[in-house]
Amino acid sequence: MPSFVNPEKCDGCKGGEKTACMYICPNDLMVLNPDEMRAYNQEPDQCWECYSCVKICPQGAIEVRHYADICPMGGYVQPMRGTDSIMWTVKFRNGNMKRFKFPIRTTPEGSIKPYEGKPSPGADQLDNELLFTETADSARATCKPSDFA
Amino acid sequence: MALPNKPTWELLAEPDLSKVPVEEHYYDALLVGGGMAACGAAWEIGKWLQDGQTCALVDKAALERSGAVAQGLSAINTYIGENTPSDYVRMVRNDLMGVVREDLIFDLGRHVDDSVHHFEEWGLPIWKKKGSEGKKLTEGGEPVRTGKWQIMINGESYKCIVAEAAKAALEEKGYDLYERIFIVKLLLDANKENTIAGAVGFSVRENKVHVFTCKAMLVACGGAVNIFRPRSTDEGKGRAWYPVWNAGSTYTMCMQVGAEMTMMENRFTPSRFKDGYGPVGAWFLLFKATVTNGYGEHYLKSEACQAELQKYAPYGTAPIIPTCLRNHLMLFEMKEGRGPIFMDTAAALNAFLEEKRAEGMDEKALKRYWKELESEAWEDFLDMSVGQAGLWASMNIEPEKVGSEIMPTEPYMLGSHSGCCGIWVSGPNEDWVPDDYKWGYNRMTTVNGLFTAGDGVGASGHKFSSGSHAEGRIAAKSMARYIRDNADFTPTLAQSADELKEEIYKPVKVYYENYQKTTHEMVNPNYIKPRHMMERLMKYTDEYGGGWSPYYMTNGKLLEIAMRHLQWLREDSEKMAAGGLHELLRAWENLHRIWTVEDHLRHIQFREESRYPGFYYRGDFMQADDKDYDEGGWKCFVNSKYDPKTGEWTCMKKKCHKIIAD
Repeated sequence: MPSFVNPEKCDGCKGGEKTACMYICPNDLMVLNPDEMRAYNQEPDQCWECYSCVKICPQGAIEVRHYADICPMGGYVQPMRGTDSIMWTVKFRNGNMKRFKFPIRTTPEGSIKPYEGKPSPGADQLDNELLFTETADSARATCKPSDFA
Repeated sequence: MALPNKPTWELLAEPDLSKVPVEEHYYDALLVGGGMAACGAAWEIGKWLQDGQTCALVDKAALERSGAVAQGLSAINTYIGENTPSDYVRMVRNDLMGVVREDLIFDLGRHVDDSVHHFEEWGLPIWKKKGSEGKKLTEGGEPVRTGKWQIMINGESYKCIVAEAAKAALEEKGYDLYERIFIVKLLLDANKENTIAGAVGFSVRENKVHVFTCKAMLVACGGAVNIFRPRSTDEGKGRAWYPVWNAGSTYTMCMQVGAEMTMMENRFTPSRFKDGYGPVGAWFLLFKATVTNGYGEHYLKSEACQAELQKYAPYGTAPIIPTCLRNHLMLFEMKEGRGPIFMDTAAALNAFLEEKRAEGMDEKALKRYWKELESEAWEDFLDMSVGQAGLWASMNIEPEKVGSEIMPTEPYMLGSHSGCCGIWVSGPNEDWVPDDYKWGYNRMTTVNGLFTAGDGVGASGHKFSSGSHAEGRIAAKSMARYIRDNADFTPTLAQSADELKEEIYKPVKVYYENYQKTTHEMVNPNYIKPRHMMERLMKYTDEYGGGWSPYYMTNGKLLEIAMRHLQWLREDSEKMAAGGLHELLRAWENLHRIWTVEDHLRHIQFREESRYPGFYYRGDFMQADDKDYDEGGWKCFVNSKYDPKTGEWTCMKKKCHKIIAD
């Protein structure tokens, strides 16, 4: 089953308000069994292997066993996602290993102020086609096909 | 052990409807969806709604990782930069075989860069050319262009960043965000003709129905996936190229309230690395890799292939071959027995090393250079298609040593990538836009107050992530204008909350009335499980609607059979059964899939030609006619409309205007 949970590491997010993997899965696959306090993938053949659950799990309890009907066994790809970069370990079926590190963002998480320092156009601007950030400098935003004829 | 005639889902659905509460909500603006377009809309709308006006965003997943960009991306495919919006129109028009809405594409082209500049401001790392590292695009930083329109990014957290901005905007304005509520049906106004008044959905976390009443609505829930039999039919069907959770909801929900659709015959059948569906763009454009047939021949240059292209002039003979015709040539080689098709990754990577060696780079520097190159090659997958990296690891593929197979996938429906199916919307209200392209509110559908963006807007492909975000913003501003202009309109729903609840929970009722009538819940003559519904749909679309198994070929006779099966599927959907909340989600998704596919095949049935050879063929009309609408030809839009009052479906031709000269 594409993403799977290691029962020795999963703590069900300690019964907190949100189970991280269940919160994040875009396809509603990860679910918590409250009796066992362990999560599992409830529909593995609809897993995109997007790794959202793997990346968010605070216990590092989730991995991916690649699609059984496609992949010869033994390949393994596992990330460690930090706040500004991600580290990947790729293990080949033949045992070869590769490691990669890529940046993921240049600003601290949670720091975005989407309206700070941006124009606040008046109601009189509502009838033109400018987006709010373009009302200060609208060179391209107001162009017409005839400008490029 | 208990008999397997009980639901196994962790979160069970409640069959006693008196225990299922309905929550009613009232907003001026409702944003349905959580991908790039909806996030753009959430940010933009806050600056245009007046104080006291209200807004909410409803997402069936979690905003941070919902939509097509959930996994991340390794490139932004639409950044105009030094180019012009007119050139952008020319590129899209040629790639989509001439039939596109040039007003919408031009409009997108003049706004898209502003979104990209903000992604960078918010923290998205964009690759820069040597010499301008550290400079933002707005400060003169030069992006690493792979093609004329594409720029490379470190995009693992692309969606997280864009969603963070959208969430912060909603919060700052005091608007609401609902996650894990799946909107499944739109509601027309009880009094005012052809006007949107609300939507209904349910929570996938608790047994609760949500009814929203609103003045204006954006529906941007992506395209349609798992509608044709996938090449991998077990676990691997999760490895769809487009996000597997896109269920055609945008098209079906808007179609069901009477929104006119356009170019629904279009589909996208991308050629990707076989089975893992990893991206090929960077390999073609950044690494300059070439494709060969099974015998190592560069078949694109062969006389036979050039003759094939001649058949589809002027598109086939244009300097850049349209995506569908590139597929066509690949299929041509495969059918002639010269497969498989390979991406020659090894030759491409080694050519870079040879070039550096020839320039006199020493072995130590060369090693360092190779590390960078290798890292870039793997990042392309790891940023957006980890499953492909997993497949390479599983098959011991090191791209510098061995090439990889390329294969056209199963068909997908979408309006934002290299496809253009979707909804017929108004263009900008400006003089240069033809009258039949505009009705007052940019990106409004033909239903008053109903807007769409991204995959929802038809006949204007090649928006990709950045363009979808910009289009969501365009639509959001229009929504604010519509709300202002209709200040005295009070939306009124025709059905009561309890009636809506019964409709939403019908699959639960069907399940619990019947599940113990056999000893296995999956085999029961009284109902059909959503899983089986989807499998049946995919089998028949593949066989009769031109899926991969008949090499994307269909014809009038085959389509007649397809339509019969779709009719039966629609009838049987009344007997879909769901024992858990997750299964109820699947039941509604599959209903959306069935309707979307029906419209798709109705369009293919109506258009008596093969407009997109390589994406689909009508065996009875193999040509792509370049004769204009005015001369009775097919160089025109095909639009369709479902009438919610009579249940009748009609298809029609619409004129396609050429606004930008060649």
